Formats: sequence, structure tokens, C-alpha cells
Amino acid sequence: MKFALMINQGPYTHQASDTAYHFACAVLKAGHEVFRIFFYHDGVNNATRMTTPPQDDRHVIDRWSELASQHKLDLVVCVAAAQRRGILDEDEARRHGKDGDNLAPGFRISGLGQLIEAGIEADRFLVFGN
Amino acid sequence: MYVNRSAPHGTIYAHEGLEVVLVGAAFDQEVSMAFVGDGVFQLKQAQDTSGIGTKNFAGAYRALADYDVTRLYVETESLEERGLTVGDLMPLTYEDDEDDDQEKSSITLIDRASLGQLFEAQDVILNF
Repeated sequence: MKFALMINQGPYTHQASDTAYHFACAVLKAGHEVFRIFFYHDGVNNATRMTTPPQDDRHVIDRWSELASQHKLDLVVCVAAAQRRGILDEDEARRHGKDGDNLAPGFRISGLGQLIEAGIEADRFLVFGN
Repeated sequence: MYVNRSAPHGTIYAHEGLEVVLVGAAFDQEVSMAFVGDGVFQLKQAQDTSGIGTKNFAGAYRALADYDVTRLYVETESLEERGLTVGDLMPLTYEDDEDDDQEKSSITLIDRASLGQLFEAQDVILNF
């Protein structure tokens, strides 16, 4: 079965990203496909590689990057939501004259069309966090 | 169906939710919106954000008809619980090209039980 996930809350404050991560792992383990994971609202904060949690805690962002690399996942961050919250890739940073970018490996920045497409393509579309 | 549950200006959900609706309209899907709970305030007439200095995006609801988003369900109980009537809402209309371009209201009042049935019929629901 083809799953698509949407994550709407940032890391650490809410459990949404953790739950989505564990769900994605379970889906992949059961042999299903994850078509796309879309990050919106404060969910875009899951995509900054500047995140530096204490060493005895889970690293929510690195965990996503690793899962994406292992399973070739499509982790998409909404461009408008990301720009509002200071999440930029190299191109966006240059375009807006910023002195640095912070998008974590395995994520890409794109538009809301990717969210709509995920809803259309997936057999099951699940939303984590409000 | 896009379900709007949040008041327009206290959080970003209404604003970013509306952005999804407008982008999604380009995808040739059967689209509707529901306004429940504090979400009914999104359609309130004469919104003015000058006192809080946030962007007033209420005008964008008037653009929905241009994007063929013409089915806006407003839950009756939510309006009543907040002391509102349909007359307090923006008069959102569209021209029905299947009915001689007659101007019709995009807003349909719906009771809680019927809205529940409408939820059942959706392929995908996005909550904002």
C-alpha cells in the first residue's frame, strides 16, 4: 500500500514528528511504500540541520535524514512555510541574500502542489500534528 | 475537503490552510471547504487586523470563486454557539456556469450531523 504523511508540528515541543517517524518505520518494515512526507506549518522546523539536541536525547532531524537516505524517501518542505520560519536551502538563501542556509540532508524545498499530489497519489494519507 | 477549525488571526492555520486550498484548486479535484468551531470566524465580515499588526488575508476568501472553490459548508451549530448568523459572514458568491451564470452564494449552512455524513464521503480531508 502507498502511504503519504504530513507533519505539521516542529520537533521536541510536540510528539507529532516522533510519532510520524515511528509510523514511517513501521510502514516500511511491513513492506509498504512511503510515497512522500510533507512538512507544513511548524513542521518545517524538522528540516534544519542546525538542530543540536543534548547528546542523551534522540536527534529528530538526523533520524529523518538517515531514514530518507536508507529508503530513498521524498521529504518535502513547503517553501512558503519554510521561508516564514527561516528554513532555507542554498538556492533560496542566495536568492534572498541570506548569509547561510540550513536545510538538512535528505530534505528538499518545494511547493504545496507536492502536498496535493501526495493526497491524490497515496492510498492512505495521514496527518501528524495540528 | 478542507476543514477549517481555527479562528483567522490567533494562529497561522487559517492563513496557511487557505494557501493550500488555492494551490490545490489547480489540480482539478472536487474541492469543498468546511468551517466548524472557531473556524466560522474566518468568514466574518469586516475583519480588521490593524490593531494587532498581522496580515489581513480575509480578502483572499473572495478569490475562492475565481479558483472554482464554490462549496463552502458552514456548520450551523458553530455559528449559533458564537452568537453569529449567516448575515455576519462575508457574502461570498460565484457565477454558476451551468445555470446561465446566475450569481449564487458559495456558502451553505449545514447542521452537525449532516456535516458528519459529508466527512464520511470524502477521499481526503485536510484539517487546518
